Amino acid sequence: MSRIASTFARLSGSNRKALIPFFTVGDPLLESAVPTMQALVSGGADILELGIPFSDPMADGPTIQRASERALQNGVTLTDVLAVVAEFRQTDDVTPVVLMGYANPIERLGLDVFAAQARTAGVDGVLVVDYPPLEGQLLKAALTRVGIDTILLLSPTTTEQRMREIAQLATGYLYYVSLRGVTGAGHLEVDAVATQVGRIRSYAKVPVGVGFGIRDGATARRLSEIADAVVVGSRLVEEIEASAPTEVTRRAEALMRQFRHAMDGAQ
Amino acid sequence: MNVYDLPDQEGYFGPYGGTFVSETLMAAIEELKAQYERYRQDPEFLAELAHELHHYVGRPSPIYYAKRLSEHLGGAKIYLKREDLNHTGAHKVNNTIGQAMLARRMGKPRVIAETGAGQHGVATATVAARYGMECVVYMGAEDVRRQAQNVYRMKLLGAQVVPVESGSKTLKDALNEAMRDWVTHIDDTFYIIGTVAGPHPYPTMVRDFNAVVGRECLTQMPELVGRQPDVILACVGGGSNAMGIFYPYIPQESVRLIGVEAGGDGLSSGRHAASLSAGVPGVLHGNRTYLLQDAHGQIIETHSISAGLDYPGVGPEHAWLKDNGRASYVAVTDEEALQAFHTLCRLEGILPALESSHAVAQAMKMAPALGKDQIILVNLSGRGDKDMATVAERSGLHL
Ligand SMILES: Cc1ncc(COP(=O)(O)O)c(C=O)c1O
Repeated sequence: MSRIASTFARLSGSNRKALIPFFTVGDPLLESAVPTMQALVSGGADILELGIPFSDPMADGPTIQRASERALQNGVTLTDVLAVVAEFRQTDDVTPVVLMGYANPIERLGLDVFAAQARTAGVDGVLVVDYPPLEGQLLKAALTRVGIDTILLLSPTTTEQRMREIAQLATGYLYYVSLRGVTGAGHLEVDAVATQVGRIRSYAKVPVGVGFGIRDGATARRLSEIADAVVVGSRLVEEIEASAPTEVTRRAEALMRQFRHAMDGAQ
Repeated sequence: MNVYDLPDQEGYFGPYGGTFVSETLMAAIEELKAQYERYRQDPEFLAELAHELHHYVGRPSPIYYAKRLSEHLGGAKIYLKREDLNHTGAHKVNNTIGQAMLARRMGKPRVIAETGAGQHGVATATVAARYGMECVVYMGAEDVRRQAQNVYRMKLLGAQVVPVESGSKTLKDALNEAMRDWVTHIDDTFYIIGTVAGPHPYPTMVRDFNAVVGRECLTQMPELVGRQPDVILACVGGGSNAMGIFYPYIPQESVRLIGVEAGGDGLSSGRHAASLSAGVPGVLHGNRTYLLQDAHGQIIETHSISAGLDYPGVGPEHAWLKDNGRASYVAVTDEEALQAFHTLCRLEGILPALESSHAVAQAMKMAPALGKDQIILVNLSGRGDKDMATVAERSGLHL
């Protein structure tokens, strides 16, 4: 069983939901990535999503854009991101790691080269924001050959028929974008999310996670009653941005702990 | 190549094009695709478009024989397709009228646009005023500074201009920001993209709306000189004025099609915006095309004296026309474009946009080596009033 599948199996055995933090590798420093990952796990994270920096993050709001810019100023490349995963794997062989980014850096490296190197590094899933299923077919095939999941997105505007098609193709887990907008944007309507997640569940064979706009423990708790996983991105990146470099790991871990407590209180 | 019917169903021109957007945009793009498919063949829509182009834009634009310029160069005869005479001063309005008409039919009261030089922003603000729509224009903070006059013009027209502070603060970042706005306001907003880039169906739609330029030339040239030209030249930023004049000529294989990119300080300097001449295929802004990028797939900053050509990508159809050889692409430096600007002013009394000056410069390079019986047709995509401050600054003056 893959790390992602066994993580969800273990969680559902203890009646808990997955907490999935996101941050961009190289923000604030390349060297802070592995300690931050370890801190997030000690704070209660179940799966880690790592952002691959890109010069033109079209689907991201200002917070994650700035994180990407800081990482690029530090010269961080996709190859560095893979090296971070490999280093993390030396001390943690159970926590799934999902890479999240845009198509161009991956295409530049080459789809097959990327898949092989991701496999060697210990990556479990890949989410390419600007690869809808049709455009992402070749990467999905390359990843499937090496046993890596392709994580697909669903949104509030996804039509019923498309939802069914994407649910069929999904591996690992499905990621439901809980609001109309970019990462870090405005207000999330929990009731509307509940309805949509219910529909997705009826088609999906994999767990369903919810992300975008989750900023506090109370929202995370309500969503963990609805979905299998809760993704915390911009809120964590803000915490990192506001921390002195020496404080990043401590504050990231403390933030995770808050979300963890809130979510587990729901069970 | 006998029948040219690209793109295919998925919006591909050979390996280029496609729909590389986040799932959050897919529904809006599907809706746009369906509506555009419907209206592009709707007689009532096409009749209204023709009426607008005639009465509001002033089409057809004339073709002018640049006699003194041709004689000065001593070779081929140079003709200019006068898109600079359109309302708002460039070809951009051909497209914004079409898209705004589509937006009205789709019940979208709000239009947004990205702009570099401000020409597309002005053309969008203009039609938004004409149709009573709310208009928001995203513009890189750097360009807001460089193109203050056009910013004021857009405001006069009732548009809100939003300076974009992210990334390189230029056109590509404005496009990113417009996409973000669109995702957030999908229900009431129509995104009017200003060039033949973006996800399918934009490259096709923007080409189709600008193809009126080439169609007019197809009938005007025989009336004027009894035949079609030997060479057609157009500047290429994203590539909309070039696609507009090239597209109807693709089946006319004896006509050479040459796109002119911004060579900036020269291709070897690394400071340019010549994606087809010096780029590598990749994915940006919703499509696969030639991009200026580094070895790690990051988009690099471009440079051109003309803000309208200062873009690291290019429309996917140009990428395909380059690969299959139907069109060829060259680069002209800032200096050469400036010389062409001054020459056309002095010899013909026409002040070309700095973008269009690149195509004029290529004509000036080629004409002397061609026989006097040869004909070059240049798409003079816009007028240069907006560029006077830039040109003056180059000459050490401040207006
Ligand atoms: C007059 C003029 N020509 C050309 C361009 C470049 O755009 P495109 O390559 O899409 O024609 C611009 C863009 O602002 C322009 O204003």
